[in-house]
Amino acid sequence: MKFQKRRTTALAALALTATFAFAGCGSDDGGNGGSSGSGSEGGDLSITMLPKNLGNPYFDTSTDGAEAAAEEIGAELEEVGPETASPDAQVSYINTVAQQGQDALILSANDPEALCDALEEARSADVKIVTFDADTNPECRDLFVNQATAEGIAAKQLELISEQIGGEGEIAILSAAANATNQNAWIEMMETELAENPDYANIELVDTVYGDDDDQKSFDQTEALLQNHPDLKGIISPTTVGIAAAARYLSDSEYKGKVALTGLGTPNQMREYVENGTVEAFALWNPGDLGALATYAAAALANGDISGEEGDTFEAGDLGEFEVDADGVVLLGEPFTFNADNIGDFDF
Amino acid sequence: MSTATQAPAAPTRTYADYSAPLWKRLLLTRETAVIALTVAVFVYATLNVENFDGPLTVKFLLQDIAPILLIALPMTLIIITGEIDLSVASIMGLSSVLLGVFHDSGMSIPAAAALALLAGLACGALNGFLIAYVGLPSLAVTIGTLALFRGIAVGLLGTTAITQFTDTWADLATDTIGETRIPLVMIPFAVLAIAFTVLLHFSTFGRGVYEIGLNDEAAHFTGVDVARTKFILFVLSGVVSAFAGIYFTLRYGSARGDNATGYELQVIAAVLLGGVSIFGGRGRLHGVLAGVVLIGVISSALRLESVTVNVTNIIVGLLLVASVVLPSVLGWAGSRLPRKASADPAGPRPDKDAATAGV
Repeated sequence: MKFQKRRTTALAALALTATFAFAGCGSDDGGNGGSSGSGSEGGDLSITMLPKNLGNPYFDTSTDGAEAAAEEIGAELEEVGPETASPDAQVSYINTVAQQGQDALILSANDPEALCDALEEARSADVKIVTFDADTNPECRDLFVNQATAEGIAAKQLELISEQIGGEGEIAILSAAANATNQNAWIEMMETELAENPDYANIELVDTVYGDDDDQKSFDQTEALLQNHPDLKGIISPTTVGIAAAARYLSDSEYKGKVALTGLGTPNQMREYVENGTVEAFALWNPGDLGALATYAAAALANGDISGEEGDTFEAGDLGEFEVDADGVVLLGEPFTFNADNIGDFDF
Repeated sequence: MSTATQAPAAPTRTYADYSAPLWKRLLLTRETAVIALTVAVFVYATLNVENFDGPLTVKFLLQDIAPILLIALPMTLIIITGEIDLSVASIMGLSSVLLGVFHDSGMSIPAAAALALLAGLACGALNGFLIAYVGLPSLAVTIGTLALFRGIAVGLLGTTAITQFTDTWADLATDTIGETRIPLVMIPFAVLAIAFTVLLHFSTFGRGVYEIGLNDEAAHFTGVDVARTKFILFVLSGVVSAFAGIYFTLRYGSARGDNATGYELQVIAAVLLGGVSIFGGRGRLHGVLAGVVLIGVISSALRLESVTVNVTNIIVGLLLVASVVLPSVLGWAGSRLPRKASADPAGPRPDKDAATAGV
């Protein structure tokens, strides 16, 4: 009696756990079938888009641009990514791309060095690697689609903040993670520029803090900055999450209109704060264009139209013709300034 | 727990002697269920998931789960004694950072790794001392050291990363054995797995481990050195976690303070899924290893299907909850059914025993 009971229990447990597992697999199967069905079926090229992390509006926009471009050239594009922006989380996805034997991978790297082994392996499985937004070491990828030169971005942000604070006073930087490739390059250039350019002789950079691209942490860091530096005149936040969080703090605080804020932001996130006067002007490129350009570049590579050598040229739909510069870099263009006059024209 | 109810109820054994043949008693266990499920999911994925049968799958799968496989070994023993070690992932992070920092300061990788292992040993010894000799509850102690070790790791390196590791060593972490698809890290894992199997299932030390989990006072009176056993287990856990941290660092080529955050829950989930009772006293290593592989196969198959990581987490979570809850629910249902069928008052009692015995 007793043993029979245990046996049935064991069997039932097995059966039910199996049902759970298979239900899981089954449902995902269906989901995937649906999504690839809704994409451009029958496209010759399969491209995977791997942003730093999912749920980031900036990368949502670049993926939208990439999907539009993929549709135009008849490629199949899917987006995958980790929850948190860490390099080891991206490795599994790069491995998966190698397993699937995709034609190309479009990637925003969370670390310039750590992903190289995995990328190397994917390339030996004949996957073309295009980085966008954040690069890896040049030898680990085929092309890098650069949103703007670091010099251009650094200069643009200093120009904006200098205009807004009248050319003198204390400023601070609210950055993303402390090991973020882009932000560190820009900050370094801004520091050099501040030290060397006589136009900025009266501007002093008093602090650099890191909000880790986390809304709440950036918000808290803004508050701490303003408390620690009562004479602060302006904040530069070269990250979309940071500038939006800082603007949200400023617009509800006594510092609204007194402390200038600029940096890199997206029009949809910043519209409210530009309209209510918290932020005068900020800069960015169009991440949608960036994603689209990366997709055209990936397709050109995968089709064998270009090899990624310096001087190669390729067509990128409405964006025009682009040329590959030294080190396999393709430049999107100059950063764009958004202000109250033009922000209504943009929706991303 | 099963042994707990079986030990006093000696008749159970006589029932077993004639009510079910040996193979049934060996096969109809929780461990067999997990192994069967793992095989089933693997076969299902091979047949239905595109590219799952590709040459790279096994390699990447084993590389992904290697740290969890490693830590699951000592974790199984610790949970069987009724304790828990939540600090394993933080020890991984700390050993990762130490490897990076020492290597960065000019040490060779083996020397830096040896120091990282020593640090792991020290971390484990701290846990073990507080739990075994001071007598504090392991849950509280290891939650504390989880924060402590992680704090030291992040404090040492800030939020920067060290990524320059000698290629020969980084390659060792990602290479496979000869022409096969088995990663090299499976060799140390196999050695450790055999060592832990012998320790748990074929030694007096291992019988002491089960006894502590069932009743540590009784264990003490039958001559088991409870404190020493627990201390050794936590030290082993620290060293193995540090080794997993070194592997993790070399595999991903980056030493960061936040490396392996959250791994402790993956390890514990796999151990529980593998049939180890969280209350101690029951569980076997082969079930646990199957549990780790099961989670690995599911995540790998779902990634190939481009399912987001959230969905994978939901499925693994459901599986875990199901594996913990189902035996009790079924036992309860089982005890209800015969009461309806026959109003035999003696019926429910053995059934309830069977329910708590679990499967």
